[in-house]
Amino acid sequence: MPVKHTTVATTGNSMVADAMRQCAPDVVAAYPITPQTTIVEEFARYVAQGRVHTEYVTTESEHSAMSACIGASAAGARVITATCGPGLAMMWEMLYIASGMRLPIVMLNTNRTLSAPINIHCDHSDVMGARDAGWILLFAETAQEAYDNTIMSVRIAEDPDVLLPVMSCLDGFITTHSIGRAQTMDDESVKSFVGDYTPQNALLDVENPVSHGNFVFLGGPYIEFKRSQRIAMDRSKSVIERVGAEFSELSGRPFSLVETDMMEDAEVAIVVMGSSAGNVRHVARQMRAEGVKAGLVKVRCFRPFPATELVAALSGLKAVAVLDRSESFGAEGGPLFTETRSALYDLERRIPIVNYIYGLGGSDVRLDLIKSVFTDLSDIAGGGVVPEGLNYLGAR
Amino acid sequence: MATLRELTHREDRLEGGHRLCAGCGASIAVRQILLGAGEDPVIAGCATSCLEVSTSLYPYSSWKVPFIHSAFENSSVTIAGVEAAFNGLKRAGKIPADKKIKFVAFGGDGGTYDIGLQALSGTMERGHDMVYVCYDNGAYMNTGIQRSSATPRGAWATTAEVGSAQQGKTEKRKDLTSIIAAHGVPYVAQASISHWKDLTTKAEKAFAVEGSAFLNVLATCPRGWRSAYNKAVEHAKLGVQTGYWPLFEVENGEWSLSSPSKALVKTGLKPVEEFLKPQGRFRHLLKPENAELLAEVQADVDAYWKYLLGRCGE
Repeated sequence: MPVKHTTVATTGNSMVADAMRQCAPDVVAAYPITPQTTIVEEFARYVAQGRVHTEYVTTESEHSAMSACIGASAAGARVITATCGPGLAMMWEMLYIASGMRLPIVMLNTNRTLSAPINIHCDHSDVMGARDAGWILLFAETAQEAYDNTIMSVRIAEDPDVLLPVMSCLDGFITTHSIGRAQTMDDESVKSFVGDYTPQNALLDVENPVSHGNFVFLGGPYIEFKRSQRIAMDRSKSVIERVGAEFSELSGRPFSLVETDMMEDAEVAIVVMGSSAGNVRHVARQMRAEGVKAGLVKVRCFRPFPATELVAALSGLKAVAVLDRSESFGAEGGPLFTETRSALYDLERRIPIVNYIYGLGGSDVRLDLIKSVFTDLSDIAGGGVVPEGLNYLGAR
Repeated sequence: MATLRELTHREDRLEGGHRLCAGCGASIAVRQILLGAGEDPVIAGCATSCLEVSTSLYPYSSWKVPFIHSAFENSSVTIAGVEAAFNGLKRAGKIPADKKIKFVAFGGDGGTYDIGLQALSGTMERGHDMVYVCYDNGAYMNTGIQRSSATPRGAWATTAEVGSAQQGKTEKRKDLTSIIAAHGVPYVAQASISHWKDLTTKAEKAFAVEGSAFLNVLATCPRGWRSAYNKAVEHAKLGVQTGYWPLFEVENGEWSLSSPSKALVKTGLKPVEEFLKPQGRFRHLLKPENAELLAEVQADVDAYWKYLLGRCGE
């Protein structure tokens, strides 16, 4: 059966809720939080309409949402949830437990900043706080990518070589609430792509009782468990690539851990994640019209970190800028910057690399700000001085 | 209700050889409650607690039933997630529609009265078909006898010390059983390890109802109570006889005293001092200079007893 694509004009959250429905989770346990709410609302409608078999658990907090997801996943169910910002922060304890128990939970995160001051808008502080929690982290630029990532996440998480939770991130309001053009696939194609979930060591297999979440005493194999998570995370990279390639064939849309645009002959480039990649692409084109050989390097998968792919994309450049939509107060720079620079350390030639913190709490990512970054890069490439420290883009 | 003979023929679902202290009330509670589940398969969960660390030491498990521990404050909702999976998978046709499994979550008083109250309240409000069991030993025993909201007034605890300026915990204990009853769940009961027939019968009822059930079980902790390990059951019994821990149940909103406590309506309660005396954590209360505080502890018990008689129509 050929895939039937339907073009729709809708929001990122609506695309994601539709993808959730198509992936047919056995359990969704979630708590509403702006700007994730329309995902759980739309899914609640699917439940009310009888369009899903899902047991929908409306918990009293995000901590309980993730706890219920953990119980359900250990029981042997396919589990999807959604949250963001303070909700993700409240789950923090349980994020490590989900990955430590090797539970293939899929979570949509509609990137929202953290208080204080209280702010409901986009940045990546929430997910970056969870970057070491043992979850695979995918980022979407558009509603289309959010849809695609959701479907792929289920396959990646449940792969027997992985069995790790996956967080699929889309930018709060910018991607979640903007209406744009996107394509959905027919239910049958998605169903056959994600396949049936065959759980291992399910609690509900009462004839073969197992214990989950056991106590490892001092001297016990704690560090060995952690190493096994590291091995699974490393192994997930090739699974993500394989699943992505398979999905691309079905969708006709590209997927790679690191996606590049105009990089064939680029001399300078911006590394970025999420919705701002669109702004960067647009400005890069303008810069090219002005004679600057500008390019875009978009990171679509932050965990496992695609170091090799970034090195391949950046190694020939004269100057690189990394845009971080989150702070890592007191660190050498934002998380994407420090890891990208670390990845470039082994190169023979040192590439000038600069860091910009931008768009915190939904502050506007104007085209002229992106242009100023390319202008800086162009100056550096022409022998100009590399600015020291990190730069707050657009801060008044 | 099962007879003692029947109960003795049921399989013990918590294996011996666990690492709980001698005289620990928690394992007595768990074994009696699991007996109450009858022949149906059971999936159990447990909050981080003495019970958890002593029964699930990797690579061993004392649980002969599927078991899950995830964290401290959420055994209720973790098991609710398991129950949700059961429903979802039934609806998906992956589990036969007539398959029966019982779900039970355990937690200590710290993990239930305090840090786990929110998750428990949510779980009860949503009405998951499961039993939540609090084994109440009146303090955070696992971390070293710190006070919880279940600790009675006047009790010594490592965070409610006894000294010239303070004589143990200054507040009375929280009435969690009433709080859960206020959720309107079909079955709520208070029980004690000292009354096995009452406890196993209540467990049977809790497992039998459709929807959420809650059991609050007095469980001795000789280590934290500073009491003799070979008198654990006796000390819990004194809790019942003095009215410190009345046995009662709330079935579909109907409150009633259970027979061991009902008998006390006629005979009267023993003075609370008899419950306090064998426990080192109350030693200071029995000193003459603390007579006023002791009277306050007695007043707490009397007030609760009066409240309870009212609710039970006695």
